[in-house]
Parts: sequence; structure tokens; C-alpha cells
Amino acid sequence: MHVTFSDSEQQFQTEVREFFSQEYPQDVLQKMHDGIMLEKEDFVRGQKAIYEKGWAGVNWPEEYGGTGWSATQKHIFYEEMAAANCPSIVPFGLSMVGPVIYTYGSEAQKQKFLPGILSSDEWWCQGYSEPGSGSDLASLKMRAERDGDEYVLNGTKTWTTLAQHADWMFLLARTNTDVARKQEGISFLLVKMDAPGISLTPIITLDGEHEINSVFFDNVRIPADQLVGEEGKGWTYGKLLLTHERANIAGVAVSQNRLEDLKSLLAQKQASGGAPREVNTFARKIAHVEIQLHALEYTELRTLASVATGKAPGPESSILKIKGTEIQQAIDNLYYELAGYNAIPYLREQFAADYPGQQLAESTDAWAALRYFNFRKASIYGGSNEIQKNIIAKAVLGV
Amino acid sequence: MDFSLNDDQTMLRDSIVQYLGKSYAFEKRMEVVDSSAGFSRDKWADFAELGWLSLPFEEQLDGFGGGPIEMMLLMQELGKGLVIEPYLATVVLGGGCLARGNNEKLRGSLIAKVMAGEIHLALAYAEAQSRFELAHVECRATEASDGLLLDGEKIVVMNGAAADYLVVSARTSGEQDDPNGITLFCIEAGRQGIERSSYKTVDGMEAAHIRFEGVRVDASDQISARDEGLAILENVIRDATLAVCSEALGIMEALTYKTIEYTKNRQQFGVPLSSFQALQHRMVEMFMELEQSRSLLLRAVIKCHEKAPDRAAAIAALKYYIGTAGRKLGEEAVQLHGGMGVTYEMDIAHYFKRLTVIDTLFGNSDYQMNRFVAAA
Repeated sequence: MHVTFSDSEQQFQTEVREFFSQEYPQDVLQKMHDGIMLEKEDFVRGQKAIYEKGWAGVNWPEEYGGTGWSATQKHIFYEEMAAANCPSIVPFGLSMVGPVIYTYGSEAQKQKFLPGILSSDEWWCQGYSEPGSGSDLASLKMRAERDGDEYVLNGTKTWTTLAQHADWMFLLARTNTDVARKQEGISFLLVKMDAPGISLTPIITLDGEHEINSVFFDNVRIPADQLVGEEGKGWTYGKLLLTHERANIAGVAVSQNRLEDLKSLLAQKQASGGAPREVNTFARKIAHVEIQLHALEYTELRTLASVATGKAPGPESSILKIKGTEIQQAIDNLYYELAGYNAIPYLREQFAADYPGQQLAESTDAWAALRYFNFRKASIYGGSNEIQKNIIAKAVLGV
Repeated sequence: MDFSLNDDQTMLRDSIVQYLGKSYAFEKRMEVVDSSAGFSRDKWADFAELGWLSLPFEEQLDGFGGGPIEMMLLMQELGKGLVIEPYLATVVLGGGCLARGNNEKLRGSLIAKVMAGEIHLALAYAEAQSRFELAHVECRATEASDGLLLDGEKIVVMNGAAADYLVVSARTSGEQDDPNGITLFCIEAGRQGIERSSYKTVDGMEAAHIRFEGVRVDASDQISARDEGLAILENVIRDATLAVCSEALGIMEALTYKTIEYTKNRQQFGVPLSSFQALQHRMVEMFMELEQSRSLLLRAVIKCHEKAPDRAAAIAALKYYIGTAGRKLGEEAVQLHGGMGVTYEMDIAHYFKRLTVIDTLFGNSDYQMNRFVAAA
């Protein structure tokens, strides 16, 4: 029983650390540090640097241009990425549709799509949820009717994250309505976002941000060869995507980094003023989250260790999403509380790169409320935490 | 990175599981709890034979030479089995003080007897005013004509009545809460001037209130350097904290799975209780707390095994979490068992009571939180 890295793993760690401190675009890291809002172009440049290093397909097998890394290497990569305060990799292409295409797609689809996903030349978005289908995803109503060599799409997708940047969408649509179970008759389709008949409406989230959208499909025609796998099997493919081993789902490294930051912020405020008078209470609140995070770190390491020895992840892996997002939100809340009055001004333009003035407060303080509001989404997306509990109840507890 | 057990560790665990499964029925345990004996001498002899009583002692003393991992494995199973025999008091606390102490004579002779199952020990450290502070010692050993005289009182001495020898922390110099000036003595429990009144504890074990009045002690009874006993005491309490957290984890595991099983079998409104989502989610919470606790236990055990500099903080974090999550889990197990959960007859209640006591032992969650923050 031990948790030390081998020599080669330590070497790898050094290599990753050097990559983020040298080859990765340093101005993007600086923006993160200064609390400047990132543009699409910043994300793309960062991901391209990772791609050029050969590391874009973190979870992908080597034959499709992936890293072929062990579970421990992936863990090290995400740890270093968080320590460098690097923006997270936009998941829709690299973590979501990529694995579906290389697992179920045709040879032609692999050749057409995988290179653009790896290089971040093409931005993807996810068309799953609909106005009437949230947690009950299989109740989706979007239609895709076969018409010769084409499918004709009609319906609405919603909560579509960053669809305004996207070149492509992968979506689930109903190709057959005459089915015994609602999970049947659903197909997995790839749609170019500039196809005639697609229109977008922004949905503004509680923090005033335009991150998600409604996407309307009005007789949108797509070539039939943009169907992935077999018609009617989309639910199976889509589930693979949801249950696909999503390394880093717990976000342990990011939370560790933020918690350390929070502790030094508290110390700074104690030295220079602005610390809570009830500082012992606050230090205890931080410690409470820190202890939960220590637990989660080891829960994740246990999962990695069993994957590394070729075993399936144990039942403990199922709690990573729930506990990970609870901790993430608890940290968001601590930042908000620590900021005091500094979190209250709502001046979003101060976060723009070309803002002529000074930010009103330390960027962590100024962002605190907005981030706290924004990340209420964490316990809702990716299968809400209540859905996760249903899954654990069924799969692990057998009730 | 590897969380698996080696062959020896696997064998050890399997043999413990096998023995307890075969020879430690809950009903028999309750007969012992309800008797005046307090624990079973026969079972204790089995423990000696199985080598459990030798587990933490070094090979030079003819012990098994087990470390924190082996102790975790044993204590977890003792927890699951609701074992009532005073392993913690005799082996971990009393034996631990002797093993870590500097009195070679007592160390050799008494540990041999402990391992053979011939004697019992108790550690008398807590006092009415001390709460969880080990350095808060009023019990005093003062110079007399030919040695020292020990005066004072110790509370809730686990296994205090059955113990043949008592390890006592006493002040030999300094003020009431001075970390220096504490000396550890190991003396026969029958020595003149010692008065023990024993009682049952709420978790079915036994403890004693012990009064020392002019008890003669001398250098041959000392198991720490004069005035320097606190470091030994702290280390032993740290080992014991890890041990009761392991025990707690075994209990939490038993409670979680027994609760799931119960709700699957118990029918209400024509369906099993387990079909109600409100209850399912509560059991998922129990499961998550169990696994998070297990992670913190493994973390602390590995840090102790590797002698990591932050191991004391890791143990404080673990005890904080087990204290809080464990008690919550115990309450949930009782609640989900409904009326059955509050009966004396069901094992659920006895697991719950032991978990509740474990939170208090060696400092409850609030206390551990302070230790953790201070160490950070």
C-alpha cells in the first residue's frame, strides 16, 4: 500500500510542469490570473498548444492520435494543469463526441472529424437536453425523418453550452416514434451549425452571462452519412458518452489549487486588512472543505489505482461527480463569503481585456459572486446530482 | 500508487474475518455484555492464540511486528464484529505505552504476558478537569522519604477494573497544564492506596473511576524519563486514534449494508422500503460517507506507515470526519430501521452506541478540528 509515483511517472510530471510553464501560451494563464474573461480564441490557442505537444487526446487511444496514457499519467496531467491555473479543456469535442466517433463511427467519419476535434480547429456543442427533456433525457421529442439521402430535423435543443462558438453539434433525435420503450428509436447525429434552418437564441444565466442557448431546428436537412453507427441505437451511444470514463470528473486538482489560494487570500487579508473578524470560524470552514477534499483525493486515487491494475473502477468511483461538485460549490461559497462587500458590485465590463479602468477589487473578490452563481450549474449538468444518486442506488446499493 | 494488500496482510484479514464469523455471534456477545464478567476470558485466550495480542509489538519482543496497515485490518474487523474484549485498552493503550516507554525490564516482562493473554492493562490518563488535553494533569507524584507518593483521580479508565497493571500519567513538576513535568508510571492495580470503582459504559464496555491516595511509586515503576512522559502519551493516543477510526469504519460498513438489506426486506404499503426514493438517497449518502471515511482512513494509515511529516494532521482530519460522518451515519441507520432501530435487541443500536462513543474518545470532532487547523 503506497501512493508514491514511480521514477518514470515523476519524470513525466516534470515534463508536464515544464510544458505549462513554457510552451503553453503564458498570456492566457496571465488572463486567468488577472481575472480577465477568456475569449473563444484564448481557449482555442491554449488547446492548440496542448495539441501540438501531442497531448490533446488525453483519454484517446494512440491509434486515433491520443496519448495512450495510463490512469496515473492522466491524473498527473490534470494535476499539473490545475496547478498552472490553466483554463479547463472544452469537453464537447475532445471528451464527448470524439470517443463516440472513434468507437462507433464509420471509417469515413473518423477521418473527417477526428483531426479537427484533436486540433481544436472545429468547435463542437452538445444537443441533448430539450425544453421538455432534462433529467428524463429519453423523453426527447426532436425528430429526424429520413428523406432519401438526407435526414430532416425538426425540434428544439436547449441549455446548449457555447453553441454560439460551435461549428458542429452532436445530437440525439428520434428517428422512430413507433417504439415500445422511449429509449428506442433515438439516433446519434452530427450537424453542421451553419445548415439552413438552424437558429440560436441566447439564454442568459443568473450571473448575466451568455454561455448557454436554445437551438431551433426548422426543416434542417443533413446528409444521411452524418448518422453515427446504427439508426435507433443513439441511446446506447449517448449513454457511453455519459458514463464514459471521464477522468478528472471530480476536479480534485482544481479544487486543491483554489483552496490553497483561498488560504493565502485569508492570510493576506489578515495582514493587510479586510479579513473577516470571525477569522477562526472562517478558517474552520476552510478546513472543513479541505478535509472533504483530502477524502475525495484518495477516493479518486483509489479509482485510479484499480483502473491501473486493469480492474473496473470500484463503487467508490460513482461518488466522484457528486462530492466533486459539492466541494467545488462549497469553495465558490467560501470565496463569496471571504470577499465581503467586494463581491457585490456588478460591473462585468471590468473583466474585459480592453477595460480602460482598474478592476474594483482583487479579481478573486470581484468574481466571487458571479462565479458562485454560475457554478450552481455544476450539480445540475452532466446528470444532476439527484440522478447520480439514483444511479448509485441502483448500480451500487442494488435497491 | 497501490492500495492493495500484500499476501501476508490478506491472510491476516481473512483469518480475522473467518474467526469472528464463526465464533463471535452477536447473541453470545450480548450475553457477555449483560453479565457481570464484562468480557469473555475464553475469547481473549483465542485472541492470544491467533496472534492478535502480539500484532503491534516488535519482533525483538517476539511480537508480530505489525504496523498501521495491519492494525487497521484488525480493528476494522473488531468493529464489524462489535468485539467487546478490551483490545484497545490492553494492547493498544497499555501495551503501546510500555512498548514506546523506556523501562526495558517492564517492557520485556509485561509485554510478553500481554501477548500470552495472561494480563490486562489500562491507561489512566483522563481527569475530571482535563477533557481531551493530555497535558492537563493534576494527579501528582510528589517526593517522599523513599520514593514518590501518587495522589489524584482518573476518570473513565477503560478496562480499569479488569486491568492487572495500570499505566498512569502523573505530574512530577510544573503547573496543571504544563506539557513538561508529566511522568508515566506502570504499577500493579492492586497496590495499596488504589481504589477502583468500575461501571458499564454506554456502549456495553467497562471502565473505572480510579482514586490514588498516597500510592508509593519509585523509579522502577517509571516507564518514561522523569517529566518527559507526554511525548509517549501523545504517540500512543495517536496510534489509538487511528485504531478507533479503523474500528469505526468497520462499524460504518456494517451499518450501511445492514440498513440496505433491512429496507429491501421490510415491506410497507405493499412494497419494500427500499423502493422509496427518499430512503434510497439517504442510503446513498450513507454509502458516500462510508467511502469518503475509508479514503481518509487509508490516507492517514499510509501517511503513518510512511512516517510522513503531516501524519498528525492527517489523523486529526480523519477523526474529525469519522466523528461527524460516523455519528450521522449511525443516526440514519437507526432512523431507517424505524422502531426496530431503537430496540436493545437489534445489533444496529449497539453499533450506533459504539460509534457515538468513538467520537468522544481521544477528542471529539470539534477538538480534532482545532488540532487540524493548528497543524495546517
